[in-house]
Amino acid sequence: MFARGLKRKYGDQEEGTESFGTVPSYSLQRQSLLDMSLVKLQLCHMLVEPNLCRSVLIANTVRQIQEEMSRDGMWHGMAPQNAERAPFDRLVSTEILCRTAKGPEGVHSTPELEDGPLQGAASEFPMVSSAQGPRNPQSSLWEMDSPQENKGNFQKSLDQIFETLENKNPSSVEELFSDVDSSYYDLDTVLTGMMSGSKPGLCSGLEGFAAATPSPGTTCKSDLAELDHVVEILVET
Amino acid sequence: MAGAGGGGCLAGGNDFQWCFSQVKGAVDEDVAEADIISAVEFNCSGDLLATGDKGGRVVIFQREQENKGRPHSRGEYNVYSTFQSHEPEFDYLKSLEIEEKINKIRWLPQQNAAHFLLSTNDKTIKLWKISERDRRAEGYNLKDEDGRLRDPFRVTALRVPILKPMDLMVEASPRRIFANAHTYHVNSISVNSDHETYLSADDLRVNLWHLEITDRSFNIVDIKPANMEELTEVITAAEFHPHQCNVFVYSSSKGTIRLCDMRSSALCDRHSKFFEEPEDPSSRSFFSEIISSISDVKFSHSGRYMMTRDYLSVKVWDLNMEGRPVETHQVHEYLRSKLCSLYENDCIFDKFECCWNGSDSAIMTGSYNNFFRMFDRNTRRDVTLEASRENSKPRASLKPRKVCTGGKRKKDEISVDSLDFNKKILHTAWHPTENIVAVAATNNLYIFQDKVN
Repeated sequence: MFARGLKRKYGDQEEGTESFGTVPSYSLQRQSLLDMSLVKLQLCHMLVEPNLCRSVLIANTVRQIQEEMSRDGMWHGMAPQNAERAPFDRLVSTEILCRTAKGPEGVHSTPELEDGPLQGAASEFPMVSSAQGPRNPQSSLWEMDSPQENKGNFQKSLDQIFETLENKNPSSVEELFSDVDSSYYDLDTVLTGMMSGSKPGLCSGLEGFAAATPSPGTTCKSDLAELDHVVEILVET
Repeated sequence: MAGAGGGGCLAGGNDFQWCFSQVKGAVDEDVAEADIISAVEFNCSGDLLATGDKGGRVVIFQREQENKGRPHSRGEYNVYSTFQSHEPEFDYLKSLEIEEKINKIRWLPQQNAAHFLLSTNDKTIKLWKISERDRRAEGYNLKDEDGRLRDPFRVTALRVPILKPMDLMVEASPRRIFANAHTYHVNSISVNSDHETYLSADDLRVNLWHLEITDRSFNIVDIKPANMEELTEVITAAEFHPHQCNVFVYSSSKGTIRLCDMRSSALCDRHSKFFEEPEDPSSRSFFSEIISSISDVKFSHSGRYMMTRDYLSVKVWDLNMEGRPVETHQVHEYLRSKLCSLYENDCIFDKFECCWNGSDSAIMTGSYNNFFRMFDRNTRRDVTLEASRENSKPRASLKPRKVCTGGKRKKDEISVDSLDFNKKILHTAWHPTENIVAVAATNNLYIFQDKVN
C-alpha cells in the first residue's frame, strides 16, 4: 500500500478530485499517514502514562515519512528546468529563507528583483536558491516547503515528545508545545498570509514576516489547537 | 485414534488431533476489563497452570490425578488457588496511576512441597509462595478450641496437641517484593537456570536480581540514550538461556536480538551476538519497522534455538547463526495488505506471544478472530484452529480453519474482512511434556488436548 518502490508522479500533486474508484495519489496517502501518526503521538501524551514502545514506533514512522518528503522536496528542488525563473511569486517561511541552499553565502538574488521593499527585504531574508525551478505556486509551495517546514517543526516536536515522555508529567502536553509556540506561530502567520491571497503577493507575504514577532503573550492559540491548525494546513484543507 | 477425518492433523511422529478439553471463565457477552487474561504459564511439571489478569489477580489451576477407573480420561484442570497479586497503585511523584495488570508470570522450579512463582505488573515483581495445609493441631494447653487464652491456673494436666486432618486449604503468601527498580514498564521476567537469580526487563533496562534480596538489583543492560530525544529503539522482551546461566537475550522494537554473556562485563551493553535478518527491499513500506518489532522471544528447551514473534511471522533462529533465521513461519500474511487499517485501529501494536512444545518439534502462536496457529517443524505442516464456545463439546475435535484472501470464498472459509480484530489470542502456553495447550481468549481460558492415547 505504501510501498516505497511505487513510482511517484510529480503531476499527481493536485489530486483533490478523485474519481470514484481511483486510488489516492501516493503523496496524499503519505500525507494522511503522517497526519494520522501525529494525531496518535498527540494522543499518546494525553494518556496518563504513554506506552513507550508504541510512541517510539510511531515517532520513527513520522521521521521516515519526513525524510522521504524531504528527499522528494530536494528531488524537485534539483530539477534543472528553468533555473533562472525567480521563485519570488511564492511565499516561503523564514526558516526556509534562512536556510543556505548553495554556494558560500547560500543566497541568490535574481535579476528579476525590482521592488524596493523587496530589495530591502532581501537583505534581511536571504532568498531560497533559484536552482529550485518554477512550480505552480500554490501546490509546489506545499510540496516543497512543507517537508522542510515539517522537518524543522516536527523534529522539534518529536524531541519534545521524548523529553516529556521521560518526565511523564500529565501537564506534558503544555510542556510539549511550550517551546514550539513561536515557530508554529511563524508558520501560522506566514501561511495565513499565503492562504488569504489568491496569488501570493510578495509584499503581502513579507508584511506577514514583519508582523511575525514571536512573543509568548500574544494571541497564541492553545497548544493542541495549534497543532490541529498546523495539521490542517498541511492537509491543504 | 489416529488420523480420523476432519481433525487438524499435526504430525510429529503420530498424527495429532486437537480436541476441546475445558474452558474457564464467564460466558457473558459483556467482558469486564479486569477479567481479561494477560498471562498464562504452566509450571515445570505441568501440573499447575497459572493465569494473570488485568485486575491483578492470579488464578492457579491444578491438574486432577488421573482416574484409574477411566484410563482414557485425561486429568482435568480445576481451580487450585486464587489471589490478588497486585493492586492498583498511585505514583505521587509523577501523578500517575500504576496499572495492576499482570504482565508476566514465571514459575520457579519446585524444591519442596510448596510452589513458588514470580508475577509482575508494570513496576513491581513479587515472589509468591503457594502452599497447602491439610492438617491442623488440636488440643493446645494454653488456649481453647476457639483460640481464647486459658487461665494458666486452670490448667491441671498437660497434653500433647494432635494433628488432625482438615479440608485442604491452599494459601498464597507474598514472600518477596522487588520494587522501585524500574522507571519504565516491565515487559519480561525470566528465572535463571541457577535457580537463584532472575532478570526483569523494561523498555530501556534489564536488571538482575537475587531471589533472596529485594533491596538491591544490578543493572545489566541500559539502552537509554543520554538525550532522550535520540531514542529510537526499545527493549521488548528478554530471557535467560535455559542451561547457560551466564547467557541471556533481549529483543528490540527494530526486530533485532542481542545475546549477552554476563561473564564478559558487568554491564552487558555490548552484545556477544547480534541477530538480525536483512530487510527485503521489495516489501519495504512505512510499516516495515513496526511489523518487524519483536513481541516475544523464547529459547527452545534444548537451548540450541530461539524463536521470535513479530507482527506477521514467527522465526526460529539457530544461536550459531546470526545472519538470518533458520525458519520463518507466516502467521497471518493476509494482513499485510491491511496494515494501514491495522495501524489506524492500533492493532498493529498488539504483542503476540509464542511457545515451544516440550520436544521443540512444534511451535504455537495466536492470531485474531480467536484463531491460533501451530507449526510442525519436522513436517513443515501448519494448522489454524479456533478457540470458541461453539466447538466446546467435551473431546470434540477441532476443525482446521482457513482464511480466504480474495476471490471466491469456499464454504467454511472466512474472509479477511470478516475477521474480528477484537478477539485476539495474545497468550498461549504448551504443557512441558504432554500435548496439552492453554489458550487465553480475552476473558476465557481454553484447554485443548490431543486425542492420541
